[in-house]
Amino acid sequence: MKKEELNFEKSDDFNLTMIPGSFAKKMRTCVIWQFIRFVAINIKMIIVVQKSH
Amino acid sequence: MARLVVLGGGVAGHTTATFAAKWLGSEHEVVVVTPNSKWNWIPSNIWVGVGQMSKEEVTFDLAPVYAKAGITYYQAKAVSLNPEGNESTDKSFVTIEYTEAGKEGQSETIEYDYIVNATGPKLNFDATPGLGDGNGQMGDNTVSVCTADHAVHASHELAKAIEKMKGGTRQKFLIGTGHGMCTCQGAAFEYIFNIEHELNKAGVRDMADMKWISNESFLGDFGMGGLHMKVGGYVVSSKLFAESLFAERNVEWLIGAHTSKVEPGKVSYELLDGTMGEEEFDFAMLIPPFAGVGLKAYAKDGADITDTVFAPNGFMKVDANYGAGAYENWKASDWPRTYQNPTYANMFAAGIAFAPPHIISKPMSSPNGTPINPTPPRTGMPSGIIGKAVAHSVCDLMTKGENAHLHEASMAEMGAACVASAGKGVFSGTAAAMTVYPVVPDFEKYPGTGRDTDYTFGEIGLAGHWIKHILHHLFIYKAKLNPGWTLIPE
Ligand SMILES: Cc1cc2nc3c(=O)[nH]c(=O)nc-3n(C[C@H](O)[C@H](O)[C@H](O)COP(=O)(O)OP(=O)(O)OC[C@H]3O[C@@H](n4cnc5c(N)ncnc54)[C@H](O)[C@@H]3O)c2cc1C
Repeated sequence: MKKEELNFEKSDDFNLTMIPGSFAKKMRTCVIWQFIRFVAINIKMIIVVQKSH
Repeated sequence: MARLVVLGGGVAGHTTATFAAKWLGSEHEVVVVTPNSKWNWIPSNIWVGVGQMSKEEVTFDLAPVYAKAGITYYQAKAVSLNPEGNESTDKSFVTIEYTEAGKEGQSETIEYDYIVNATGPKLNFDATPGLGDGNGQMGDNTVSVCTADHAVHASHELAKAIEKMKGGTRQKFLIGTGHGMCTCQGAAFEYIFNIEHELNKAGVRDMADMKWISNESFLGDFGMGGLHMKVGGYVVSSKLFAESLFAERNVEWLIGAHTSKVEPGKVSYELLDGTMGEEEFDFAMLIPPFAGVGLKAYAKDGADITDTVFAPNGFMKVDANYGAGAYENWKASDWPRTYQNPTYANMFAAGIAFAPPHIISKPMSSPNGTPINPTPPRTGMPSGIIGKAVAHSVCDLMTKGENAHLHEASMAEMGAACVASAGKGVFSGTAAAMTVYPVVPDFEKYPGTGRDTDYTFGEIGLAGHWIKHILHHLFIYKAKLNPGWTLIPE
């Protein structure tokens, strides 16, 4: 049974969207990957801040 | 010596006053009039509202900070403006009413050379019957996270609901907007996922039914007409991003809804297709609509000129194009650049206090004629950037003369970074980190999506969560004017 797929049948609205699978969910809390994303998001945010001033 | 009076010590006003005091030094006076004794980092009220932070962690006393900065501080609220003075003086002045303990209700006037209105929103609970108490405050039927005190109350109510679930009683949570013309969907969005996280942690998620109710015409509109971002090699609408999160967390949604009445345990609503309905709840957090704080303005002869200075919604008129007309004619250039009042050149507005030219989302109404669309968000980053630009302009006017160049900060040329957390633990929480550039879409510059998709992005994970934690400490550090505060961007 794929736990992450159970919600599709809970409502018509849910059935028509996308739900992350186990790999995508794991990556959200994988400390090494998230550290890389932390650096990337910070760089992007700093650029947005600079472009905004 | 000239005097700048800043009305409001929130995100925009605090930024304006502290930078102006630094740039002007002791040659000129900076005055702040604000009713609260404490500064509040409002975004972290979400964590207070789920019992993960205390009020003390998100607030600090303003008086010592203003004393350190050399700012004259009145704990009071502004009531009216006399930009031309009155019969006895030609000097502009503001009338204030003290809120400070021991002086409550006492009135005074303060003359000014320049004034910045940064009074933020009036939380207009009474716009929806039953959402307010009839006296301008929040009613008993729902909770709010808009102020630190509201958030403390919300956390107590949440704790009671969790106890009931532990005792075997199912609870229905209804979170979203309390009127068809609300803004600030992002805060409600963040709150619902923080509650969901807390319910999981408490082991009672399966005892809770969770529903989102909002005036957005589609999930992920956020008052900005939605946004498009790059995800997994695609450029996708925030609708897909938001719907996916709601489906993943088993949170149902009801959108295009104008909450028309709130009663104990029940809201009545009207939908964009004209149908009416009711939704029951055990716990509801509904954001109230925002309005201007109700300042009045008088001419020299005492005539009421409130309509000249303020828009009908109570926000101050600035250099925006208020005559843009229908949606098809809206342009990025309608949005203000200098925030100077068109009638009185020594008057500016910053943050939520300025009157936007129109909404950002597509205007919608039900067949019954009820407008149901989000009003434009003016979040922390734009409020801070505008506050700083206005401080720059006013300082130049004071030091270089009235022909000095005004600094510009259009929301159609600035971005916003938003991090919506879901839980507070360093390794257990996640957050949706989002940036949008520019806030107001510019379809002439960025045909297709209206925004630069290299800098408009969103993703969910621990990284965003860490950023949220860092921002909390960084902005409180900055607002306290600790060493190096000017290096921290707005
Ligand atoms: C729960 C919540 C969460 C949020 N989360 C985020 C987030 O994560 N990121 C983000 O960017 N933004 C967020 N926001 C939005 C952000 O808080 C606002 O954009 C920002 O506070 C606006 O700044 P402001 O100075 O215009 O108004 P405020 O910060 O509200 O300040 C207005 C000030 O004026 C004072 N005042 C009121 N009436 C008077 C009067 N008559 N005379 C003098 N002073 C007066 C008020 O007491 C207050 O101090 C959130 C908002 C809420 C409610």
